[in-house]
Amino acid sequence: MTETPAIEGWFTTGSEPALLGSGCTECGNIAFPPERDFCRNPACAGEAFEVRELSRRGTVWSYTDAQYQPPPPYIATSDPYEPFALAAVELPEGLVVLGQLAGGFGVADVKVGSPVELVVETIYTDEVGPRTMWKWLPTESSEARASDRGDSSGQGPATSKGESA
Amino acid sequence: MSTEVAIAGVGMHPWGKWGHSFVKYGVAAARAALDDAGIPWADVELVVGGETVRNGYGGYVAGSTFAQALGWNGARVATSYAACATGAQALDTARSRILAGQCDVALVVGADTTPKGFLAPNAGERWDDPDWLRFRLMGMTNPGYFALYARRRMDLYGATQEDFAQVKVKNARHGLNNPYARYRKEVSAADVLNSAIVSDPLHLLDICATSDGGAAVVLTSMDYARKHGLGQGDAGPVRLRAISTVTPTFPQAVIDMPLFSTESTHLTGEPQRTFKESIADAAYEEAGLGPEDVDVAEVYDLSTALELDWIEDIGLCKRGEAEQLLRAGDTTVGGRIPVNPSGGLACFGEAVPAQALAQVCELTWQLRGQAEGRQVEGARVGITANQGLFGHGSSVIVSV
Repeated sequence: MTETPAIEGWFTTGSEPALLGSGCTECGNIAFPPERDFCRNPACAGEAFEVRELSRRGTVWSYTDAQYQPPPPYIATSDPYEPFALAAVELPEGLVVLGQLAGGFGVADVKVGSPVELVVETIYTDEVGPRTMWKWLPTESSEARASDRGDSSGQGPATSKGESA
Repeated sequence: MSTEVAIAGVGMHPWGKWGHSFVKYGVAAARAALDDAGIPWADVELVVGGETVRNGYGGYVAGSTFAQALGWNGARVATSYAACATGAQALDTARSRILAGQCDVALVVGADTTPKGFLAPNAGERWDDPDWLRFRLMGMTNPGYFALYARRRMDLYGATQEDFAQVKVKNARHGLNNPYARYRKEVSAADVLNSAIVSDPLHLLDICATSDGGAAVVLTSMDYARKHGLGQGDAGPVRLRAISTVTPTFPQAVIDMPLFSTESTHLTGEPQRTFKESIADAAYEEAGLGPEDVDVAEVYDLSTALELDWIEDIGLCKRGEAEQLLRAGDTTVGGRIPVNPSGGLACFGEAVPAQALAQVCELTWQLRGQAEGRQVEGARVGITANQGLFGHGSSVIVSV
């Protein structure tokens, strides 16, 4: 079955997926999720926006995980529930965007400042078929970080996924 | 023209999971506040209710719901909603009408009945509502946001999970003697560290519960307070010096519940102050006071780690130094600048529309010297701080 984004118009898919932000046609302000109505810049009354792909790579602002299953409308991907990790990622466009970490990666795999890259993974299946969402893939291996710290006890991912999606 | 009003009376219904209607808590708190002020309900000219969004129509029109429950007395009425800052916004509405000379006595009431577990969005599919979408698309809960801030403190400033646990230990001890607190039990650091991790690095006992509760404040003009001899002897009543309910300034560059992203800094550069810093700054400016004048603070410890953020946001120390205050015992009752002597959200659990008012109730008792078993000796100036969803937040400054 064809995979489709869980939300329309927020990200592209394919081999080089990217977030779809908006650029105000008057002042150039960049926003994500894409602005459709009003520019957020208080000095601008712009109401027209062009689609703007955001950088696929950024650095971790902070990170956490969800050890308990979140309440609806969250849809669990597995039964029993498997925890997942989340990161807030700073992009070169000057904004921080949340997302889950790519499957198999946990909080031990990143630090504030770690480089990550945007990937797309299936998060649930509904009547239309599999639904996808953007996620952040750590691109610096935990082993490398562990040796940077002179620390050999760094826990690697449960299942390393490498080049996914 | 005076910019001060008198806090004539305060009252609360104990926090807990009582299973009653929010109206019952609100009315109990209102009656306690009116008794405390020695002002009959018939003399109240304005009722401002803090809206609760989880209790049907009666909650949406909370001001009139409370007014009707107390028996229609012909007072003017208003209802405010500003998420966690609801109580402060309601207080600001009451203060404005008093300072405009349009009334002398106002009653402000907030109360809530809350569901168990994570605060989840209301039912129904809402693909244009970020509060709904963050759960559907990312499973991002409120503790998830608290955990992002906590982890950042660890990676940037060397905070530890033990530090966070010690915030809980301190607040649990503070709340032991507070008759309105829901949890009145000593908690050890080991208890916190052995509780389940909810969102790394935060344990279950690092995160506040949701509670039922009610709080009320009676405000009067300073003239009315003088004429009726309100307050204690020469000291007079506790005075409301400032209420800040400022919105963020573009760009809001710190990720905030329930959003997916921050606003971009590429047009402006990094802002000079964060939103939370600006909330307290506006209160200090309005009161003509500064952090150095503060004797006691009630801040919104939705998580233990957030208390440390707030200590810096309200200027009690520099960024990254809150752990030092905590470790030195400065923020414990008896220390240099006690924080959350009530026990904070750690001992109360959050009852959204009542919580900002509960902070003001506690500071009023502290400044009157009536906070038995948790008294900050000689406290003359107190500050509250909280932040809610969608650009809401508040800080209130009171003094004697």
